[in-house]
Amino acid sequence: MTPAVGKPLDRVDGRQKVTGTARFAAEYDLPGLAHGVIVTSTVAKGRVTAFDTAAAERAPGVLAVVTPKNAPKLRPTEPFGSSETKPVAGTTTAPVLQSDQVFWYGQPIAVVVAGTLDQAKYAAHLVRVTYDAKPAELTLDSKGRVFVPDKVQQEEPEITIGDAEGALTAAAVKMDHTYTTPQHNHNAIEPHATVAAWDGGKLTVYDTTQFVFGVRYDLATRFGLKLDDVRVLAPFVGGGFGGKGGAWPQAFLAATAAKVVGRPVKLVLGRDQVYACVGGRTPTRQRVALGADAGGKLTTLIHTGRTSTSTTNTFTEQFNFPARHLYASPNIHLAQELIELDVCPPTFMRGPGECPGTFALESGMDELAVALKLDPVELRLRNDPDKDPTRGTPFSLRKYKEALKLGAEKFGWARRTPEPGSMKDGRLLVGLGVASAFYPVYRMPSSARVEVTAAGTALVQCGCQEMGMGTATAQAQIAADLLGLPVDRVKFELGDTALPFAMVAGGSSQTISVAAAVTAAVAALKTALLALAEKADGSPLKGLKAADVAFRDGGLARADDPKAGESFGAILARAGRKAVDAKAEVKPGDEAKKLSMQSYGAQFCEVRVDPDFGTVRIKRFVGAFDVGRVINAKTARSQFIGGITMGLGMALLEETHRDPRTGRLVNADLAEYMVPVHADVPALEAYWVGDPDPHTPMGAHGIGEIGITGVAAAVANAVYHATGKRIRDLPITPERLMSAARESPR
Amino acid sequence: MPPDPDPDRRDFIQGVAAGGLGVALLSTAGPGVAAADPPTGPGRAIPVQLTVNGQDHALTLDPRISLLDALREVLHLTGTKKGCDHGQCGACTVLVDGRRVNACLTLAASVAGSPVRTVEGLATGDDLHPLQAAFIKHDAFQCGYCTPGQLCSAVGLLKEAHATTDDEVREQMSGNLCRCGAYPNVVAAVQEVRLAARDAR
Ligand code: FES
Ligand code: FES
Repeated sequence: MTPAVGKPLDRVDGRQKVTGTARFAAEYDLPGLAHGVIVTSTVAKGRVTAFDTAAAERAPGVLAVVTPKNAPKLRPTEPFGSSETKPVAGTTTAPVLQSDQVFWYGQPIAVVVAGTLDQAKYAAHLVRVTYDAKPAELTLDSKGRVFVPDKVQQEEPEITIGDAEGALTAAAVKMDHTYTTPQHNHNAIEPHATVAAWDGGKLTVYDTTQFVFGVRYDLATRFGLKLDDVRVLAPFVGGGFGGKGGAWPQAFLAATAAKVVGRPVKLVLGRDQVYACVGGRTPTRQRVALGADAGGKLTTLIHTGRTSTSTTNTFTEQFNFPARHLYASPNIHLAQELIELDVCPPTFMRGPGECPGTFALESGMDELAVALKLDPVELRLRNDPDKDPTRGTPFSLRKYKEALKLGAEKFGWARRTPEPGSMKDGRLLVGLGVASAFYPVYRMPSSARVEVTAAGTALVQCGCQEMGMGTATAQAQIAADLLGLPVDRVKFELGDTALPFAMVAGGSSQTISVAAAVTAAVAALKTALLALAEKADGSPLKGLKAADVAFRDGGLARADDPKAGESFGAILARAGRKAVDAKAEVKPGDEAKKLSMQSYGAQFCEVRVDPDFGTVRIKRFVGAFDVGRVINAKTARSQFIGGITMGLGMALLEETHRDPRTGRLVNADLAEYMVPVHADVPALEAYWVGDPDPHTPMGAHGIGEIGITGVAAAVANAVYHATGKRIRDLPITPERLMSAARESPR
Repeated sequence: MPPDPDPDRRDFIQGVAAGGLGVALLSTAGPGVAAADPPTGPGRAIPVQLTVNGQDHALTLDPRISLLDALREVLHLTGTKKGCDHGQCGACTVLVDGRRVNACLTLAASVAGSPVRTVEGLATGDDLHPLQAAFIKHDAFQCGYCTPGQLCSAVGLLKEAHATTDDEVREQMSGNLCRCGAYPNVVAAVQEVRLAARDAR
């Protein structure tokens, strides 16, 4: 049997997804289900002085209007990331429904519950609210509190090596510019939704989440319940991208509403409400300054800047992480400050930090290459470090140069003529650009349960998540190889707190975290099978130790003699059992402390720019990645091109506009917040080096996020190559391109 | 008539009743419902006959209800998805009289008497529609939430027969957003089915 890992297998849940039988949170119908619709604040800061709910309460079908006046008391939650031992997932410390205070425009302030959705929606419009509004701080330049965070995602907020500013002054060749990225929103096509049902003191919720155990912890904390009395299910999630990583208010609002009316409640956010009360990616303003010697070796690297957080969370978008690991430089200065704003709490969005960070850093590298009159691929090759540039540790795996060369070859980089504007396609300007991709390797604790049956099938369970990554498919492949079974004999179950514990599907950590638990559970299963064989008469496995046997063809056999063994069915029959199972719980080792563990890649973009209208069209895009072993070639490619697609949106289209006077998001819909559509996206290509990482489970890295990193810079660099115009503020709109001046290379 | 708290809505409902919807009302009004007596207050239910995937449903619906909410909340046919409720994402695309429409922008009552086909009606028994099979083969989805809409849209697109090149498929599928970014794979699946159907002819 050839291994399943690495093969381009179809998704195991494909049939459910194409027939409409894959059920998402809002699609669970329970007896007596009522519908909740939230009312959101229309001021950014202050307090509610009065609710007029009389008309809403009189409207047909209305069961309750829940405001701070009549909401059951909830306990405060614990913020995401504030504990190393507990699965805390709180997204905001705002006491929603617990006080009259308002912390951002669009904050939930009431829930209207009615028998049908239309009745609830209608009545929600009848709620009248008066406020005592206070001036709000809303932009990166406002008077909000500015501070340096204690930690940036577990790491030091500032890194200083040598004298970066002095080296910049002295550098033979240099660049020093400021780049900005606007707020982005995830825009998973499935809106946030929860169905909550109480049974006495027990709570069951179906929720759109990337973290069922986090939502369970959050709900148990707020309602003062034991963890075992809360069950959270999310068998399918319609896209998350970080926006469903924490416990957002809809979950406890649905549970609150259900408690008040004594019926199960479904609460689905409208699209505008997803923008209003689920945080997006913070805007960033970043300075990148690079100096090099005449030979193109970096002498200094500076990457600093400001991002926003909110008054009800602390979120640090780690934009300078790529600069910590990508390039060798004797002088480095990396720093970040936050400004606290009266906005919906910013949160993780695909490649948080690395995504806006690579826009600035990789635009800067392109500017330096122009100043050096050096090919930008060659500049990157010349600055590849032999150990981690800021930590000094060895790399667990670094095939960055290989990825860069692979991408250059597949893309046909050699045909690029360096002079901006030198390539044409009729009247259109042709531009070719490159940028590095970068994402860390994260691993988290996880557990799993494995069961094999006499019929030779296996069930593998873990309360992890599927939101498009192909989790069940990849884990079934991994388990099948470990168990010596064909993939179609292995079933993988996920998305339920009744299953073994898993952390958030985030930080591209899930595949290897769960793979490690599955591997350990399969090892424990081997011991359990041997114990059964030991007790039975006549088993060829009698007296053997785990190290002496291997899983093979649906059973166990001697490692040194594959014919000496027996099937699961035979082992179980002798023992008089129908099935046997084993569980395991594993934590990462200290490899991440001793080694520099990262994924790398190179993004290559070809654009056509209309010189008269400033419109940019993507003609071709090639990504090449160094991500360890790839588990499923088909779903992996989908992850890469999906990330690239979101990156193209970031480059050319995406921006959440907040009215700087009121705090209202003015384009909170899918017509005015433009995500890429079919017509924006050409055929995309993704390749990978494929060498396994000796220090990760399965030799794999997570791949969900690296695809988006570097994309916006590759586009901006291609636009520069086409036009000679450097756009340092995203998105690259026709207006910006038409009004920018051509920069002549120094 | 008592004052209506929401005059716009009342005007809208009366306008609809007097226009296109009136016809549907007359043809489907059951016994005990005076077709000449249009609904006035919000939420006054009316009888509506829907034909979905070949099955007739005699329903009593709030006249404000969209086809999308009627499918999902009343008939519990949840294969059709809601992504925006504003005609901006295409997740709710279904086929009415074989033509693709956004179910969120279509009042349920307005399609009384017209055959509605949803993702649940694409396969024949266990046999997937060729587009469904091609979507699986080409991995034309990730989370699967936009997929029912992409599929119904693609069925409509092939019937319209205006798209031949990849770029034309892209242009004419652009009403169906996929945030997971499966676009190139959707195009590959659609083209494979289109070409196979052409060759079979
Ligand atoms: S839900 Fe109908 S177009 Fe988005
Ligand atoms: S598959 Fe997730 S939105 Fe298209």
